[in-house]
Amino acid sequence: MAEDLPFEKPITELRTKISELKSFTAEKGIDLSGEIEKLESRMEQLEEDIYGNMSPWNRVQIARHNNRPTTLDYIERLFTDFLELHGDRLYGDDEAIVGGIAKYKGQPVTVIGHQRGKGTKENLRRNFGMPHPEGYRKAMRLMKQAEKFNRPIINFIDTKGAYPGIAAEERGQSEAIARNLIEMADLSVPVICIVIGEGGSGGALALGVGDRIYMLENSTYSVISPEGAAALLWKDSGLAQRAAETMKITAPDLRELKLIDGIIPEVRGGAHRNIEQQATYIDETLTNALKELSEIDQSEIVEKRHEKFKNIGPYDYVNGTNGAN
Amino acid sequence: MEKIYELQVKNTLLNNEAGSYLEMDKEVICMLRDLFSKKKKKYATIPSEEAKQEVPEGLMTKCPQCKSIMYTKELKKNLSVCDSCGFHHRLTAYDRLDTIFDEGTFEEFDQNIISKDPLDFPSYPEKSQSDREKTGLNEAIVTGKGKIDGYPAVVGVMDARFRMGSMGSVVGEKIVRAIERAIVEDMPFILFAASGGARMQEGVFSLMQMAKTSTALNKLHNAGGLFISIMTHPTTGGVSASFASLGDINLAEPKALIGFAGRRIIEQTIRQELPEDFQTAEFLLKHGQLDRVVERKDMKDTLKTILSIHSPLSEGEVEEQKEPNEQEV
Repeated sequence: MAEDLPFEKPITELRTKISELKSFTAEKGIDLSGEIEKLESRMEQLEEDIYGNMSPWNRVQIARHNNRPTTLDYIERLFTDFLELHGDRLYGDDEAIVGGIAKYKGQPVTVIGHQRGKGTKENLRRNFGMPHPEGYRKAMRLMKQAEKFNRPIINFIDTKGAYPGIAAEERGQSEAIARNLIEMADLSVPVICIVIGEGGSGGALALGVGDRIYMLENSTYSVISPEGAAALLWKDSGLAQRAAETMKITAPDLRELKLIDGIIPEVRGGAHRNIEQQATYIDETLTNALKELSEIDQSEIVEKRHEKFKNIGPYDYVNGTNGAN
Repeated sequence: MEKIYELQVKNTLLNNEAGSYLEMDKEVICMLRDLFSKKKKKYATIPSEEAKQEVPEGLMTKCPQCKSIMYTKELKKNLSVCDSCGFHHRLTAYDRLDTIFDEGTFEEFDQNIISKDPLDFPSYPEKSQSDREKTGLNEAIVTGKGKIDGYPAVVGVMDARFRMGSMGSVVGEKIVRAIERAIVEDMPFILFAASGGARMQEGVFSLMQMAKTSTALNKLHNAGGLFISIMTHPTTGGVSASFASLGDINLAEPKALIGFAGRRIIEQTIRQELPEDFQTAEFLLKHGQLDRVVERKDMKDTLKTILSIHSPLSEGEVEEQKEPNEQEV
């Protein structure tokens, strides 16, 4: 299959062999079912070995897979009555971020996410999912609107990062991201964030100040891309694999560091192998999270969010001193 | 000529580029000296590595902008602003505090917090340790409170010498604690940013400090507190895209580099050269991202004006506070 990644090669080879044997059986009428059965059980074992022991770099590759489901793929499957709303009312409409109103199991919600393209043409339109300031400002406008009408907010995070360009800087990329961080801290409605692909730095975080933060099993969240880190640390972007391990950017790593609230399991081999199935896994987490958060009093929700972020980041004291000034 | 050669000094404040100019000049002067010396040599000599190291450090400073050489002492007297071209040299955190606060009024907070190594990142503890030794600071920010022309304020000052002023968990924590003090003591909060952005060695922990500091600023905002952000050279990446951009009033020093994405990354992405003034304080002012660009010599007065307009104290009360026997701490 064209979508297979290099580390999946043994599986691909075995799969080809099995299908060859099957067609041989069909064509020549020779019974090879015993042989096929043996290979299929070996296949099972092989898949378990490979997908059960994925390296951080393997996960990066899956997170970046061309066919990886995007925000709109999930919106289509998880929500009804989705009505996309456009524009930041200041400058333009950034198609690298989509957002709108919808119903989730009958409940009105606002749903927003980074939107990559799946082919060159769409990627150009979507700017490869890398937003300009107007994208973040549109997202903020929609979140404020959600707050006004007391709707929970669901954000899908999937970006390599905010776009590095002249116009983005001129229009205040920094300010747009910063503004989202401070305003999201104050939203009086539940905010649920789900990293579905790449969570690239400030450009991802600008949709990420939530009451619950989840990651799909093979998604990543990082302060800098593995290539960028390798270039800065070891002056060699070819060491990205090593950087991916060192930087602790995978869902299991970040869960262990207690930086996220949970991992949403993926279909074996990655979400792209069965989008329908993947949507049901997200559905389960989303339902539970919304239920939990709906039980929190509205007056407490901001306070709890403040507390959540205040407690992030370990530090020490100089020998022999403690917290006292 | 001998004298001129002796005046060649290495200045730790200069960046690499300027440093290499210095090296070049040294060679040129060396050659010139040989050219005019009575006992003519047949060829110019280049000082050995050893000779280079013998040059005393810090006596003289060369301006990276206009290349004039001046006594470091004189430069410091002038708030580290070049006398001939107005270039604003970097300030250490404590030197910055001296330029702003009334003498003897500064009280430091949380000086004893130091970084952990949450990712077991190769050589991070050693690098932090060596920066602690080199700078005498425990982290890339100094926080505390003091008085500016009698007006009390809580302040944070970043120091770009410590891990490029990058924001890790300690920088985030110290900023949050300072903001909370500002809320509790009902004082304005002022922050001088000088940072390359998030601290890579703390990964997503450092990314989350952007949210952590912004969240604390949200509390200050809700409490009606004033926040003045001053961007100094450089204010980039995750620091620019969080608290530094969130002032009720955003100021910057002349020519300071301020921006989200690095210049090189933008150039590689768009494959064209960037205008010279790109991402300078003046560029941001032009594009509506700053309230004012303020020269260092005017900073204290500007802050005083802003503080007095926002202060619940009358001018008479502030004058009283200036009295040395006033016990406010």
